[in-house]
Amino acid sequence: METAKKRMLTGNKAMAEAIAQEMENDQNVFVLGEDIGKYGGIFGSTQGLMEKFGPERVLDTPISETAFIGAAIGAAAEGMRPIAELMFVDFFGVCMDQIYNHMAKIPYMSGGNVRLPMVLMTSVGGGYSDAAQHSQTLYATFAHMPGMKVVAPSTPYDLKGMMTSAIRDDNPVVFMFHKSLQGLGWMDQLDYAVGHVPEESYTVPLDKANVMREGKDVTIVGIQMMTHYAMEAAERLAQDGIEAEVIDLRSLAPIDKDTILKSVKKTHRLVVVDEDYRSYGMTAEIAAIVSEEALYELEAPIKRLAIPDVPIPYSHVLEDFVLPGPDKIVEAVKQMMDEA
Amino acid sequence: MTKFEEKQPSVSVDKLMWMYEQMVKIRYYEDQMVEAYTEGKSPVFNIGEGPVPGEMHLATGQEPAAAGMMVHLTKDDTVTAPHRPHHHAIAKGIDLKKMTAEIFGKESGLGKGKGGHMHLFDPEVKFSCGGIVAAGIPHAVGAAMANKMKGKDWVAVAFIGEGAANAGAFHESLNLAALWNLPLIVVVEDNSYGISVPKKSSTSVESNDLRASAYGVAGAYVKDNDPIAMYKASEEAVNRARNGQGPTIIEIETFRFLGHFQGDPELYRDKQEVPGLRARDPIMKLRQQLLDAEQITETELEDIDTRAKQQVDEAYQFARDSDYPKPEAALDDVFTS
Repeated sequence: METAKKRMLTGNKAMAEAIAQEMENDQNVFVLGEDIGKYGGIFGSTQGLMEKFGPERVLDTPISETAFIGAAIGAAAEGMRPIAELMFVDFFGVCMDQIYNHMAKIPYMSGGNVRLPMVLMTSVGGGYSDAAQHSQTLYATFAHMPGMKVVAPSTPYDLKGMMTSAIRDDNPVVFMFHKSLQGLGWMDQLDYAVGHVPEESYTVPLDKANVMREGKDVTIVGIQMMTHYAMEAAERLAQDGIEAEVIDLRSLAPIDKDTILKSVKKTHRLVVVDEDYRSYGMTAEIAAIVSEEALYELEAPIKRLAIPDVPIPYSHVLEDFVLPGPDKIVEAVKQMMDEA
Repeated sequence: MTKFEEKQPSVSVDKLMWMYEQMVKIRYYEDQMVEAYTEGKSPVFNIGEGPVPGEMHLATGQEPAAAGMMVHLTKDDTVTAPHRPHHHAIAKGIDLKKMTAEIFGKESGLGKGKGGHMHLFDPEVKFSCGGIVAAGIPHAVGAAMANKMKGKDWVAVAFIGEGAANAGAFHESLNLAALWNLPLIVVVEDNSYGISVPKKSSTSVESNDLRASAYGVAGAYVKDNDPIAMYKASEEAVNRARNGQGPTIIEIETFRFLGHFQGDPELYRDKQEVPGLRARDPIMKLRQQLLDAEQITETELEDIDTRAKQQVDEAYQFARDSDYPKPEAALDDVFTS
């Protein structure tokens, strides 16, 4: 018997393929942002689009995030389906008014009269010594504010499927992609930045978490890079006879409570791992959901792993110290099992 | 050639009458709003009380900017407006009943009571406004982009106050619109004050049309809140935009007869200033020009006044008669499915 060879793509190519397919399907889809044309996006998210669709639909913008994100809003209100790229999520400070006062609120303030079918895609994450202004994820900052769907896919398959869903969605979607999961030649070469991606168009829902690994002893909820670290940790824990269930959150807003609660009711233990700041963050939100809705299912207190409340430092040793990783996850789970 | 056409050869009398009607409607609308807003707020002024709560920024005296531009637009052209939006909304042809119901917080309002007076959205006539200074300019840039991409000759007009011309969004947007040669017009209404701060204390140039040269776009200045001069400047700008010749900045010297918002003690301006401005009322000016041209009689003008007022009265009645939304409707419309 012959097995068909699986088609493998990097994260960035999966994203770019989704955008290209939607641009072919729908003349109203276009892309704008800084260095997204000939360069193909600093993190490769628009690779090949300029060659295929030309400068009328793939627009390099000046360094004017307020103007071009605002323009995407104005164009979306006119029935276009723009995809705007904010090069680093850290740059949100220069354009947050357009994002949260306008993109997120206009549909609501108009009583549903105005639709903004647009995608704001942005790179997140650290681990490569880019320091405090280029390494954040800011997941919770965006997920906190109502009116935006916020997604953070972690595999090439999901990057493509969720991008397709995001473009087709009639609501504003903040699409966060992790720099280290793009599979770029000039960053760490990570196995999980390459994965199976079917060529034909497909969608992955924007409101469902994904159980990446089943287990009975403990639930580990991760987001993007942290999901992969959780998977590494789970393999090591398995050698010690601990079976961890790993959930890739994928959708930050709306959050898939059901998948988390169902898992906790099975494992009775919860560890949440996040590459965002600890206080008031995603780990706190998930812990609160489980406390409110499944407290008596728990056999041990919830553990949270996240960036201690400091800006991301530059030097390797300092950054490694603040970022959660497989070692810290293994340690937290073992501690939790011992306590029980 | 009639006497009027001898005096104003490039302006159609029909269009000036349309402008006059809009201006009267706007003035009467705002006058009624002063009354409605005051209800429930005396003897003690509490911003949250009465049938019309919250901030209220009225456009009394600023009618020429809206009427002089909108006379050249159709419902396919996009208009974005700032926190003082009633004159633009009315002249753009917004659904007056739904607009008024929105301001009264009613279920039948444009936004089902979720927006209020600073957040009016009527996609039927491509009108929107917002409460953040200068933020509507990029939206107009986006509408202009969409028009160009669709191959339409529709234009987009962003109205702003003179204070907004010092915000980053103004500069980013004009550079982008000029760079991409978009059909964008920015109308700067200089009513002399950014809330309380006079223009000379906030702005490095005499007038913002001078800034046009910084972006390589056209600029025009309209003095003395003059409706006919606004008509002409707007006509040129709209033609330029429709013909693919790029953006224009128009600054109009206009008058704010009322405070920044209702309840503003206006301690920052001389008590004689407003009476002086009211003596130069642009509506009375246009009315007199129409009469002088012998193109329209006093009786015909009164008919226009009556018709405009009737529409406004009906809109207020509709708003007052409408129901408040169900409280739990607050949870709807975050996302569309």
